[in-house]
Amino acid sequence: MNKFKVGGLASIAAAVALLAATAAQAADTIKVGVLHSLSGTMAISETTLKDTVLMLIEEQNKKGGILGKKLEAVVVDPASNWPLFAEKAEQLLVKDKVSVVFGCWTSVSRKSVLPVFEKNNGLLFYPVQYEGEESSKNVFYTGAAPNQQAIPAVDYLMNDVGVKRWVLAGTDYVYPRTTNKILEAYLKAKGVKSEDIMINYTPFGHSDWQRIVADIKKFGSAGKKTGVVSTINGDANVPFYKELGNQKISAEDIPVVAFSVGEEELSGIDTKPLVGHLAAWNYFMSVDTPANAEFIKKWRAFIKNNKRVTNDPMEAHVIGFNMWVKAVEKAKTTDVNKVIDTMVGIEVPNLTGGVAKMLPNHHLTKPVLIGEVRADGQFDTVWQTQGLVPGDAWSDFLPGSKDIEADWVTLKCGNYNTKTKKCSGQNYE
Amino acid sequence: MQAVPGTRPGPRFVPPSGLGWLVLVLMMGMLWRPAAAAETPSFEQALSGLATSNFKEKERAVGDVIAVRHANTRVVLNALLEGNLYYRKSDRRVFIGTAQDANLQLQDPVTLSPAGTTEPSEYSKITTNNQLRKTLKSALASFDLADADPQVRLAAVSEMLRSLDADGVSILRAREGTEPDEAVREAIRTGLAIADLDGEDAAIRLAAVEHLKGSLNPEVFNRLTAIVTPTDAGSYAEPDEKVRSAARVALASIERWRSLFGTLETLFFGMSLGSVLVLSAIGLAITFGVMGVINMAHGELMMLGAYTTYVVQLLMPQHIGASVLVAIPVAFVVAGGVGVAIERGIVRFLYGRPLETLLATFGVSLVLQQLVRDIFTANNRPVETPQWMAGSLQVNEALSITYNRLYVVLFMVIVFVILQLVLKRTSLGLKVRAVAQNRAMAKSMGVRTEWVDALTFGLGSGIAGVAGVALSQLTNVGPNLGQSYIIDSFMVVVFGGVGNLWGTLIGGMSLGVVNQVLEPYAGAVLAKILVLIALILFIQRRPRGLFPQKGRAAEG
Repeated sequence: MNKFKVGGLASIAAAVALLAATAAQAADTIKVGVLHSLSGTMAISETTLKDTVLMLIEEQNKKGGILGKKLEAVVVDPASNWPLFAEKAEQLLVKDKVSVVFGCWTSVSRKSVLPVFEKNNGLLFYPVQYEGEESSKNVFYTGAAPNQQAIPAVDYLMNDVGVKRWVLAGTDYVYPRTTNKILEAYLKAKGVKSEDIMINYTPFGHSDWQRIVADIKKFGSAGKKTGVVSTINGDANVPFYKELGNQKISAEDIPVVAFSVGEEELSGIDTKPLVGHLAAWNYFMSVDTPANAEFIKKWRAFIKNNKRVTNDPMEAHVIGFNMWVKAVEKAKTTDVNKVIDTMVGIEVPNLTGGVAKMLPNHHLTKPVLIGEVRADGQFDTVWQTQGLVPGDAWSDFLPGSKDIEADWVTLKCGNYNTKTKKCSGQNYE
Repeated sequence: MQAVPGTRPGPRFVPPSGLGWLVLVLMMGMLWRPAAAAETPSFEQALSGLATSNFKEKERAVGDVIAVRHANTRVVLNALLEGNLYYRKSDRRVFIGTAQDANLQLQDPVTLSPAGTTEPSEYSKITTNNQLRKTLKSALASFDLADADPQVRLAAVSEMLRSLDADGVSILRAREGTEPDEAVREAIRTGLAIADLDGEDAAIRLAAVEHLKGSLNPEVFNRLTAIVTPTDAGSYAEPDEKVRSAARVALASIERWRSLFGTLETLFFGMSLGSVLVLSAIGLAITFGVMGVINMAHGELMMLGAYTTYVVQLLMPQHIGASVLVAIPVAFVVAGGVGVAIERGIVRFLYGRPLETLLATFGVSLVLQQLVRDIFTANNRPVETPQWMAGSLQVNEALSITYNRLYVVLFMVIVFVILQLVLKRTSLGLKVRAVAQNRAMAKSMGVRTEWVDALTFGLGSGIAGVAGVALSQLTNVGPNLGQSYIIDSFMVVVFGGVGNLWGTLIGGMSLGVVNQVLEPYAGAVLAKILVLIALILFIQRRPRGLFPQKGRAAEG
């Protein structure tokens, strides 16, 4: 009994000492917020990104931190709950007073935190490919815009594979709907007739694909080469590809190019039915460059698992983090306004070669890679863009956004209409 | 005399890329024999062309390898298709390599003699893409045409028909005369007839149309449609009216068959969806229908069955084919055991208090989900499909039935029959029905109702586990599997009529078929909504479902 009390007291004393130590330390650290879901449905994808940021921070601290100060991670868990994202963002910015936040995955979580970052003048790095149609002063989009993923993928199918008939299949929510709207407009601009485009939406986690796959098969047997552009999200992909395999639709007959199937998603499933199907990303783990090999080695050492894979959003965080470090060092302060001004024009090498440059619309230049799925869950790069593609926030193929430009250097506006010469604030719609 | 690629004597062609180039080379080879020797590069040269990462160049090199028709062409093409072809980074020499542990065992492609074992890092694998694989498969198929097995020959012909070019046509024409097997000859004739539709002579085209009259090949349908469809200017691609009218007649009969098979296909899709619904609902029909317990954890019991399949597969990785069959009784025992535990631990204290039962079992469902998350992580688990369940049964060219769905339909029928036998023919079934009809009376007749309750609940839960095994082959095995089926299950039971297994069967099947009939017109999302609305309206008219229980039992 007594012993227990003593032990308890000692641990309290230790805790107090530790608190005092962290408080003393906090004065000369730079706080970095990490806003990724660690529980709930998105935890599978987002936990990896949290670990990536932690690894980058640890590495930077080994180099001596930034401006002579150590970095300190503040990790919160928004639990795949969109309103909670806004609350946690508020907490990071107001209570913890972080200098920068790395976070969000789904578009709806980004939309939810956007007003918080704009109100409190925070700084967010968003690492996932998204539907575009947005440019905020406070957000840097390090993932791909539609013209850095969807459009090049369609170009590849059209020019290299010779696809003439198109199936746009997606899960029923904002990213697939907007992307497919852009793609439909793009295909029509390229002279594809309406009867050669089939659009299909399915609910989240759809599993009964027999009818849709049979329809795709019928649509594809009309004598013209057919391709499927898939914005099908998450879980639903597995039964979809399984059904394709069972109905004997091979990648050679009707290739499926997916925008949300990456190494991480493939690592947990039976990849047999997927072999030969395509994915479009800006990074593949299989790309053979010294920088990438080094990154994979570091990641596996950090996570203490020699089988862990890397993926595209991880690279986006690596680029975003390195850019932020460079900008802070250049501005000699972590002050958000000064960092935002310094960010544009900063250059950081990609892991797959080439240089990522931050553009005035807060998007990056990126290489676009098309890969075919291998049996081991990795990709063989079969095509890539010559040089880098600058990210376009506002698609040129949607009637509403054609005339809109984002430029935070000269125009100081994320939504500037070149026809009416008006700036409608940071957001659109 | 060795030709350097690019400096070709004789007539100047601007070679198109890919297959067209290959055809040109072959045609030139046939036409100008003496020049052809200089035309085609040697086997070694063709091989060295493969050592590149550019797919256009690779395709050209593959064309060369096919064109030289070297004794080892087939071996090399096969190695390339299997991903066993490598080149040495230092001098770009091509080898056939097989991965052996961490090393690469090399084989010289020209002499086929072993060339030692080395570190893979100095070698680069020659990758293929979809177009290249298609070319390779088609070329390999032409080798298979002479195979002893008619099945292999048939597969080779259909492989070649996928992308038939002038070269393929001449190979097939040569084969037609010597082919002994009737089915293979017929397949070759269909392919040649399709090629003949482009013939110069109207009589040949007419004969081709006549030949293709009964074919359900989609390619035939497309070609015939093209013949009878006028262009924008009002003229026809096919100049001869006789050919056109023959095509119209042929097309009319093909269309009749196609729509018939299309209807059959929809019916099958509906039945397979219906079977999934029935399988997931039939356990509930027992616990909810017979016992009157609203078991919200029913979906999680299915999830347990699916996870059981996964664990069984982990335990017997060498026998994936049998693992699913083994998993069925195991899943029944696991889910049934959990069901008995739920009944003994929770539900028996709450009989006659439906709201509390609902909340308590909902709590159980959350506990089970979290348990699975803690044991197996939140990620989906990969359950492998056994070979015998993959692929599809090709009834004819317009109708194919996927094996996994077919087995699920059969499986549902078997489960249903067994369940009916248990309830109607065994003493347990008699007691279950007695307790369901009148508990007090049964008790006074000496039936141990408590014991019967536990076993009935266990039976319903075990069936849910068995349904989970079937679901593991159709959908993702993850902690949320149960949630996506629980609503559908209740829907089917209520629609079919509480306490009636036949009602569940008919109800599930008709919901499945209606859903699949609506889906092509309304889309997956709207079809589901429409079915739900129809169901609500139906329940308004007939609150007791399709087959209501009659008599005094219904009042209880």
